[in-house]
Amino acid sequence: MSAALEVRGLCKAFGGITVTQNVSLTVEPGERRLIIGPNGAGKTTLFGLIAGEIRPDAGSVHVLGHDVTRLPVPARARVGMARTYQIINLFSRDTLAHNVVLSLLGLLPLRRNAFTALAGRTDLYQKAVALLERVGLGHRAQHLISEISYGEQRRVELALALAQEPRLLLLDEPFAGLSQDERLIIKQLIAAIPRETAIVMIEHDMDIALEFAERITVLHYGQLIVEGDRDRVVNDPMTREIYLGH
Amino acid sequence: MKRSHFLLLAVLIALPWFAGEFYVNLASQILIAVIFAASLNLLVGYAGLTSLGHATYLGLSAYISAWLSLRMGLGHAITAPAALLLTTLVGCCFGWIALRASGLGFLMLTLALSQIVWGLGYRWVGVTNGDNGLSGLTRPAPFGIDLSDSGAYFWFVLVITTVVLYVIARFVNSPFGATLRGTRDQSRRMSSLGYDVWGIRWVTFVFASFIGAIAGLLYVYFNKYIHPSVMSVTVSAEALLAVIAGGSGTLAGPVVGAALVMLLKNYASAYVERWNMLMGIVFVFIVIAMPAGIVPGMRTLLQRLKGGQE
Repeated sequence: MSAALEVRGLCKAFGGITVTQNVSLTVEPGERRLIIGPNGAGKTTLFGLIAGEIRPDAGSVHVLGHDVTRLPVPARARVGMARTYQIINLFSRDTLAHNVVLSLLGLLPLRRNAFTALAGRTDLYQKAVALLERVGLGHRAQHLISEISYGEQRRVELALALAQEPRLLLLDEPFAGLSQDERLIIKQLIAAIPRETAIVMIEHDMDIALEFAERITVLHYGQLIVEGDRDRVVNDPMTREIYLGH
Repeated sequence: MKRSHFLLLAVLIALPWFAGEFYVNLASQILIAVIFAASLNLLVGYAGLTSLGHATYLGLSAYISAWLSLRMGLGHAITAPAALLLTTLVGCCFGWIALRASGLGFLMLTLALSQIVWGLGYRWVGVTNGDNGLSGLTRPAPFGIDLSDSGAYFWFVLVITTVVLYVIARFVNSPFGATLRGTRDQSRRMSSLGYDVWGIRWVTFVFASFIGAIAGLLYVYFNKYIHPSVMSVTVSAEALLAVIAGGSGTLAGPVVGAALVMLLKNYASAYVERWNMLMGIVFVFIVIAMPAGIVPGMRTLLQRLKGGQE
């Protein structure tokens, strides 16, 4: 079985500043991987490279055995990759249900249909409500995104990604800006994601995400410094020096 | 809501029996402006792409149909589909160019492209007859029905307007319409959800230019004359004004907005010499009082009057 994500020798520089420097990593199917590093370590750029929003200068990205290095962003969703955003990026004028329907529609041929009424597709809306129930927001399905709290919006972010039943899920700081209680909810939701989905999470704050991680990758100044299972990385002197010791 | 639509339609159908010729002709012009504004609204309101060059498609289809019938001696059965097809093809090319950018860049590109076509209309005298325009045109007679009478032509325009607005309503409420609004609100998210944002915008651009071409045909049949000024930036801006004043991104918005612009232009100008100034004042008032446009503004007003929450 091919790896969920295989990154080989990835490089990216903006002007003279090298942001990603020869990064290679392999994420097995169903694995829970945490990528950490201090501010400016190149975590978000690495995500951008994997998601296709940024083109690498060198190296390759394989997702579930497909070479996606040159694939545009929308084609990667079709390969089985989904992501959430650090800065909430939802359709705020629409209902929660409509948001999830747009996510479902993204992988259906129905999306090209320009003549039948979308509101008539109750099956899609029912499925959307079911997905919202999974993140505990079923009762809010008919509310507008602008009417719900920030913490709830984070959960909708997750519902949008899960709607596409990805085999590789990229979570970009899913705990950013949340209260202690809200963090706990998100933590549980992530823990409930089935094992068919491999998860790669970026997190700035190591303490929150430590429980989640099976393997951890530490980035520093665009380079991969330490990689291994949780205990090994946490106890590694390099990690302590550049990350925990600050 | 539905009942008021049918009532409006019934009044319009009966219009030629009780209204004078001036008003029937004015009503035809309003409907043509409605189609044109509704096509522009697809871009401005639903795609979030503000175009300042939409008159190109109105003018091109009018000119192509006029030229084919005058210079090639072809009948309406050929000139009409040819004009629609060729104009839509130009829409394909111009959309491909203009959609290299979005926002202000898109606006400037549509403006620049339309200025090229407008310039050709004036300068390519051999084809367009320049500033003299093309005259001596006729109206078609679909299924042998003579449309030279103002009432008959009004009904013809009314039928086409109804069909066009119905098709646009279906388009907007379809899955594709929902994805189009998605690209307007969160284009980055849409592409990570698997949508080809550029393709969605381009298809909409082409569709809008096709509907604009229909308005162009009705325009040239109505006037039986075509002049390059129809492709000027003023015409594009007027339609944009109609969309914004009526309420962009709503189905009724461009209908109300286009009616308002045409009434001010044709009706008020008979009484007020400085009608352009009057139009300016009216629009300033709309933008201040109802920034989202007349239709959304009225909706909020009605809701408040009913005592309900917003």
